[in-house]
Amino acid sequence: MAPHASIERHEYPALVTETQVRRGVAARTNARNSLMRRCFPLMVGSATGIFVLIIAALFVELLVNSLPSIRQFGPGFLWSSEWNPVTERFGALPFIYGTIVSSLIALAIAAWIGILGAAFLAEFSPRYLATPLGFIIELLAAVPSVVYGLWGLFCLAPAMQHYIEPALQRYLGFLPIFSGPAYGVGLLTAALILALMIVPTVIAISRDLLQAVPAEMREALLALGATRWDTFKMVVLPYARAGIFGACILALGRALGETIATTMVIGNRPAISLSLLAPSYTLSSVIANEFTEATTRLYLSALIELGLVLFLISVLVNSLARLLMRAVFGTVVRP
Amino acid sequence: MSGRDHTRWRRLRAAAGIFGTALCAGTAAALLLIILGYVVQQGATAIDLPFLTQIPRPVGIEGGGVANGIVGSLIIVGIATLGAIPIGILTGIYLALYGRGRFPDVVRFMSDVLSGIPSIAIGLFAYTVLVQPMAHFSAVSASFAFMVMMLPIIVRATETAILSVPGTIYESALALGSSNYAAIVHGVLPAARPAIVTGLLLAVARVTGETAPLLFTAFGSQFWVLNPLRPMAELSLQIFTYALSPYESWHQQAWAGALLLIVAVFALNLLARLILTRRARV
Repeated sequence: MAPHASIERHEYPALVTETQVRRGVAARTNARNSLMRRCFPLMVGSATGIFVLIIAALFVELLVNSLPSIRQFGPGFLWSSEWNPVTERFGALPFIYGTIVSSLIALAIAAWIGILGAAFLAEFSPRYLATPLGFIIELLAAVPSVVYGLWGLFCLAPAMQHYIEPALQRYLGFLPIFSGPAYGVGLLTAALILALMIVPTVIAISRDLLQAVPAEMREALLALGATRWDTFKMVVLPYARAGIFGACILALGRALGETIATTMVIGNRPAISLSLLAPSYTLSSVIANEFTEATTRLYLSALIELGLVLFLISVLVNSLARLLMRAVFGTVVRP
Repeated sequence: MSGRDHTRWRRLRAAAGIFGTALCAGTAAALLLIILGYVVQQGATAIDLPFLTQIPRPVGIEGGGVANGIVGSLIIVGIATLGAIPIGILTGIYLALYGRGRFPDVVRFMSDVLSGIPSIAIGLFAYTVLVQPMAHFSAVSASFAFMVMMLPIIVRATETAILSVPGTIYESALALGSSNYAAIVHGVLPAARPAIVTGLLLAVARVTGETAPLLFTAFGSQFWVLNPLRPMAELSLQIFTYALSPYESWHQQAWAGALLLIVAVFALNLLARLILTRRARV
């Protein structure tokens, strides 16, 4: 394939001839340019080749290094809940459960705050408020996850243990999801931290989507006498719905892969418990905690297979999100 | 319900709804300020000169600092940036200039998906291709992981930046007699430069706070290490280790480190934003 062929010279045949080019460009740059001109498509092409190769190698490496574990445990790896490095019996179920449940709870919280917050920024707020608020929320997205983890561990977790979880137990303790002792660290605390981390993603993309809704749509309904709130609910939100759904899925992808903050507050216990207050474990946390301690080949391979599972889940989730947002924007948006 | 009552009810509902949205946006912003305030309050007391200039002391001995981690962060992120710039920018140029057709669409899609791959999976990748063959942990393997994380951000930023340059610049360069190459490199790219630099800074900011891939690539170190082929200390990794340790003095250092990290990342974000707004004004 000749990549340079698609910007066609022949689009400008009458304007520029080879002689004019030689005369027009200064001699100094001309010598360098003529060499660079020939190398440029090659450089651009090979950089793209390397980029594609890296992405392909990422998948292949994870797959190849998981093979010992895949051969040993087969697909049963995914639904076995035993995790015993001593006997070398490995199963991913508790981690898959912890990852998915913590992320879904986080999304359930973040979607509400995020979409409504974005509505305020895009629709209702005066500009002098929208700009600084938007800026602060963008900074929220820039806070490193280890800082969220630190805050979660020393600030949120004690608050959960002493105030929030006892209160939940007192008033909602009859529900099995709020049973058991209050540790402070656990599934619910991790979900709250994750929610905080993905709210900016939901807000930033949803705000852009809402702003992209054509003004005539709003004007038409306002002219019929609708309030701004009704206009938002009946016209603006439905118009951007598919894209906002995509934004939520993208945020879900972030939550699923988040490692450090979750590791610090989820309690790290590979057990499936119905209670949200109980310690749990996620795919990324177990890799983070045990990888450097894995001594045998099979143990290492099982951990890499967890990474492969995580990789495949995020490819799936992200592809879905991109497709949904493409449906609204006509092109792919990126936060 | 009479008409007037209904109107009043609708107005009330609108006011309540809008108030609700304001509450949500306010909550998100307030949480950042709360976290920020807490980090500053905890960290500011622990930051002093020894913290910035000394390396960690053994457990149980007071004092010491994170100087090796700060330098380690600079080295690891620096090497990653050096690797990511040529590949990322050239791929972005490819997508912007030759980007019609099936193959570029596939590249674009892969790039977008890569930007959502968890950093820990990318860390495992760096482990299998660099740490395993070398048989020990090293700073360059961490740089490699960071580079892979930076690439999709730079690629997309470059592509968007070039596409947003008015086509007239390209055409007038051609009309003045430039070759296709000169029109791109001396005409289009300078116009796109601020936006590309912004993307680059955001990519650097993104990996600066990243910890997960470091656990089994850079691994961390208690000593002064400047050789990128050896295990190296890194600030965010030190924060992580110190936070999970049982020692109160290390917790204080973790807070101080967190404050440093936040300041660095916010500065990068502000700088990126400043470059972009200044360009918009011209």
